[in-house]
Amino acid sequence: MIEIRDTRFDPWLELQNYTAGLSIKGAYGATAVFIGSMRDLNEGDEVTAMTLEHYPGMTEKHLEKILQQAEQQWPLMDSLIIHRVGEVLPDDTIVLVAVWSAHRASAYDANRFIMEELKSSAPFWKKETLVDGTRWVEKNTPG
Amino acid sequence: MSINIRFFASLRETLGKTEDRIEAHMANTVKDVWLQSTQRADMPSNVLCAINMEYVDSEHAVSDGDEVAFFPPVTGG
Repeated sequence: MIEIRDTRFDPWLELQNYTAGLSIKGAYGATAVFIGSMRDLNEGDEVTAMTLEHYPGMTEKHLEKILQQAEQQWPLMDSLIIHRVGEVLPDDTIVLVAVWSAHRASAYDANRFIMEELKSSAPFWKKETLVDGTRWVEKNTPG
Repeated sequence: MSINIRFFASLRETLGKTEDRIEAHMANTVKDVWLQSTQRADMPSNVLCAINMEYVDSEHAVSDGDEVAFFPPVTGG
């Protein structure tokens, strides 16, 4: 499942709720979870807030494509992406990626693949609010 | 031939527009669409292009009714 959220969310609660609805209980042996949250420091500057812009429609379409690629490479039983847009504050969750599979190797590897693909190609952009103005984040840091 | 154009993030701010629509008589490629919409502004080398929400390169051909989007490198996650 893919979801773009414009409000703050608790990733642990989301996972709990999503897992409760899974019909594959007993079948999977591995769940790999990645949570990305906002830091209050970037490139040596204090960051007080962030605005996340996206390309509605293309974002969902592209994330869907990433999940399909992951499913072709690894035997995944389910996968979940929730990504924030709009105004984000330090410690807010930006992204949650979770995958379920029979064994840990495919869960770890698929989760990493999805995150790296998301960061390098899903159409989202961050604009930081600093103490003395705003600036666009120009590129992602290496993993 | 009518093309809808969208700009995002820093590119939207630099160009001062979110959307555009051109009647393209001479526009054959994504690059031509950029040139016509921006009054022949230089296209930054790192600009990403999409047609109908799929990535393409700037030499890709455009068709009537396409939505062409231009944006800077992505920074989500």
